[in-house]
Amino acid sequence: MTTEFKVIGTKPIRPDVIDKVMGRAIFAPDIMISGLLHGKILRSPYAHARILSIDTSAAEALPGVYAVITSKDLPQTPADNAELKYSRDNFLAGEKVLYEGHPIAAVAADSIHTAEDAIKLIRINYEILTPIMDMREAMKENSPKLHENIRLKSLGQDNGRPGNISLHVQHILGDPEKGFAEADEIVDREFTTTMVHQGYLEAQSSTVLWNPDGNLTVWTTTQGAFSVQSEISRILDISLSKIRVIPTEVGGAFGSKLRIYIEPVVVLLSKFANRPVKITMTQSEVLKATGPTPGTIMRVKMGAKRNGKITSATAELYFEAGAFPGSTAGGSPRLIFTEYDIPNGQVDAFEVLVNKTHVGAYRAPGDVQVTYSMEQVVDELAQKVNMDPIDFRLINVAHEGSISISGTIHKKIGAQQVLEAVKNHPHYKSPLKEANMGRGVAFGYWPNNGRDSSCIINVNSDGSVTLVTGSVDLSGTRLTIAMQAAEVLGISVDQVKSSVGDTSSIGYTGSSGGSRTTFATGLAAIQAAKDVINQMSIRAASLLNVPVSEITFERGFFTTSTSSSAKLSFSELAGKLNQTGGPITGKGNVSPSSWGAGFACHIADVEVDPETGKVSILRYTAIQDVGKAVHPTLVEGQMQGAVVQGIGWALWEGLFYDTQGRMLNSNRLDYKIATFVDIPHIETELIEVPSPFHPFGVRGVAEPAFVPPTATIANAVADALGKRIYSLPMTPEKILRTMDVID
Amino acid sequence: MKQFDYENAKTIGEAVNLLNNSSKNVRPIAGGTDLIPRMRNGLLEPDILVDIKNIPELNILSINGDLLEIGAAVPLYRIYEEERITKSYPALIDAIKNIGGIAIQGRATVGGNLCNAAPSGDSIPALIVHEAMCIIAGPTGQRILPVEDFCTAPGKTALGRGELLTTIQIKHPPHNTGSCYNRFIPRNEMDIAVTGVAASLMLSMDRTQIENAKVAIGAVAPTPLLVKAAGEVLVGNAPTEEAWGKAAIAAQSAARPITDVRGSINQRKHLVGVLTKRALRKAYLRAIGEMEI
Repeated sequence: MTTEFKVIGTKPIRPDVIDKVMGRAIFAPDIMISGLLHGKILRSPYAHARILSIDTSAAEALPGVYAVITSKDLPQTPADNAELKYSRDNFLAGEKVLYEGHPIAAVAADSIHTAEDAIKLIRINYEILTPIMDMREAMKENSPKLHENIRLKSLGQDNGRPGNISLHVQHILGDPEKGFAEADEIVDREFTTTMVHQGYLEAQSSTVLWNPDGNLTVWTTTQGAFSVQSEISRILDISLSKIRVIPTEVGGAFGSKLRIYIEPVVVLLSKFANRPVKITMTQSEVLKATGPTPGTIMRVKMGAKRNGKITSATAELYFEAGAFPGSTAGGSPRLIFTEYDIPNGQVDAFEVLVNKTHVGAYRAPGDVQVTYSMEQVVDELAQKVNMDPIDFRLINVAHEGSISISGTIHKKIGAQQVLEAVKNHPHYKSPLKEANMGRGVAFGYWPNNGRDSSCIINVNSDGSVTLVTGSVDLSGTRLTIAMQAAEVLGISVDQVKSSVGDTSSIGYTGSSGGSRTTFATGLAAIQAAKDVINQMSIRAASLLNVPVSEITFERGFFTTSTSSSAKLSFSELAGKLNQTGGPITGKGNVSPSSWGAGFACHIADVEVDPETGKVSILRYTAIQDVGKAVHPTLVEGQMQGAVVQGIGWALWEGLFYDTQGRMLNSNRLDYKIATFVDIPHIETELIEVPSPFHPFGVRGVAEPAFVPPTATIANAVADALGKRIYSLPMTPEKILRTMDVID
Repeated sequence: MKQFDYENAKTIGEAVNLLNNSSKNVRPIAGGTDLIPRMRNGLLEPDILVDIKNIPELNILSINGDLLEIGAAVPLYRIYEEERITKSYPALIDAIKNIGGIAIQGRATVGGNLCNAAPSGDSIPALIVHEAMCIIAGPTGQRILPVEDFCTAPGKTALGRGELLTTIQIKHPPHNTGSCYNRFIPRNEMDIAVTGVAASLMLSMDRTQIENAKVAIGAVAPTPLLVKAAGEVLVGNAPTEEAWGKAAIAAQSAARPITDVRGSINQRKHLVGVLTKRALRKAYLRAIGEMEI
């Protein structure tokens, strides 16, 4: 494939932008159907309690109430299928409630106000149990257990005793102790972080229409219509063929909408009410009872020789799973230390159950936490060996062929190029020194992803095309996928009408996540476009009276090698399809097994007010290997948006609970994300080291950008204070305490 | 949200009659920017809302002679867009520009901020140092109350049944006066004050001495407080860092903060000192004409 692109690398306007700016885009709460009822979920006020009895009779008797459901209405779960039981229990609690906000019952009524009144009429007897809110507490042998059937899975082994540790994963490379013995300097630190919410503004909302024939339609806000379909099927034992899921526009997701929280409940309400039903969660419900990223305790130890070479690295990582097993604890140990070529190391990761909402995915899941800890240890180590932090990282940076502690073998990567770009950046070279100011850098890696994608392209008679994929558009991917198709088809991107299909209109496509969509669904679009060209070449051959082997397609024209004058443009030929055999649909179904990892390095300058502990971000630069920027503005937007989220996580964000497990900041006033006035202009530099696994060199960009910011700001704050804070968020109060200004 | 009745009062008398209801929970509504979220969250369940936005007297914003009158239903933007007010009442302007964002400021009122009686209400310490008076209409006629006596507990005011705050009156500050409200929030906008401090200073003609001073603190006690001791340590002294330090200590000893998700006792006590000094420095610069609002 030529590297002279006509469409790739340009900056056309997103097709969804006019609708969104004008308020015309259809989001999930906008769905209105005749006869629509409104649902409301009754949630536990307690973080840990046994449900002794539920009496729904008064709610059922309230005029305007059409259906009341509890866990009794879910299918029976086989005793040996613990995983399914956990999943079902998180939609409607069975024997126990395990976190504040845990759903117990749901009501469908003729108005939201009636539904709200009805859930207040449901009587529940609880036996209140001691909530376990802290991982250290949870891991004690004599602590109350959230689940009686969970036994420590140490390296896959069941130790026979019930406990609150549900997973232990280990990776070892070389001889870590020998590596430390060779080191001249060792830094050994412990870090803690709290659960953090993704901060998306659009609450979960779903509308379901159950038909008496057993077919149902779901309109919902999700990162993947097919995963909603399969989850409803799994939870409610309904055939996939009966479930049609129509994804709406999404008002922010960042991993949160990979999992579902309300859909099966709405399905049951619609079934029992025999009417369409909608549930839209409140912001408070979203903060209390969807899946944040886990809180952590992380012990990281690294050693280096005086020449800067890292000799060994170990990490002990504890991840809060919340109420049920399943977290990033399984995958995160593969992410720590992967930026560097380190000969010896060991990583142990544990998953710990606590009485908080079950964690989910948040942009580069788990990677932000482990990088936050590792990159501060790297900074301290660089100081100890008296080296510039970028030089130190350059000595140790991973290259093609480097093997990480967890066994990742790097393919072609741009890690070194990114660090060199930081070193040469005017920001990094600029002087900074006023009292209370500090500069930090941090480096991050995200593997990106492939997975299944489908695309179809239909050719219109005027030479334009319609393109449908199964990839929900979170970030402009309708456009970036269309641009790749346009590049292959030799037409302009405004000739491609790109849309997101539903589960009945397009082949299986994995969710939009893992920074895979522009890469993997782009590959499906390229394959579909090539299929179109192949089919049209056959038509061109028949019209030009030559064998198809003599047809070539270049720069928008079908030509023959035998005659230079005989040629057909794409649009000319498109107008003749009905004379040559009928319509043409190109299809692409891909499941790439290799993809390109992303590396990013950020620079932040901060100023700390010594009297109040308030941190201001003065300047911020994000530098990243983006493979090939299909649409540079959208790539920059991903990088900048990631930094904005990272600033919030670094300085303010966290789910905070009292000792009884009640969330203290389940509102948008006290759950503080960065606002527009809290962020500086974020400079970006795109490094393009093409991925060998995509014809245009595309790599995922959204998640690599989110890996460095918290560590970058932590390193900058440490530089400003001359003292390090080993936990997130770095609130003004914590800074004042660290500086001994207050007790 | 519980169902409620809506009444659109056209006169003060009509509003007072509607509010003077012994059997129903009746609340006045002006901007509604605090009231409606609290109703949505189920924290307030009024039977009747009396809309006071359409009462002419409550929409008056005027300066007559040396008296500023702010009707209880006047939205914040009207106040800070009035140049004569911004020049003379800088602490009030500092405060109301901190309340919500631009959209909220188009709707929210000073009267509502006062009647909401939040310990952290931004406008209240500012009104205290401006020596504002509350004009209250009621079933038995009108009464006047100094603003520092208006809030009695978190969410509670001195208003009795049937009483309505109609107007806030503030006398024009004398020459050589400057004032300031500043607060601490972790972000730069959209937060509730962790601690807020307002200060005003009147200097002697030659500007070497403090003749009058007021300090009021917010979010560090059940109600915003006028710290008389802080004013007293300043009067008769020169406007110096040393004086600000003494006032800060007096303000800190008056503070009785709690620990909550927004801040701790120690942090708030500390901030009272920092913000008192900062407020006084700025008030002084404004008094000598070296700092605009």
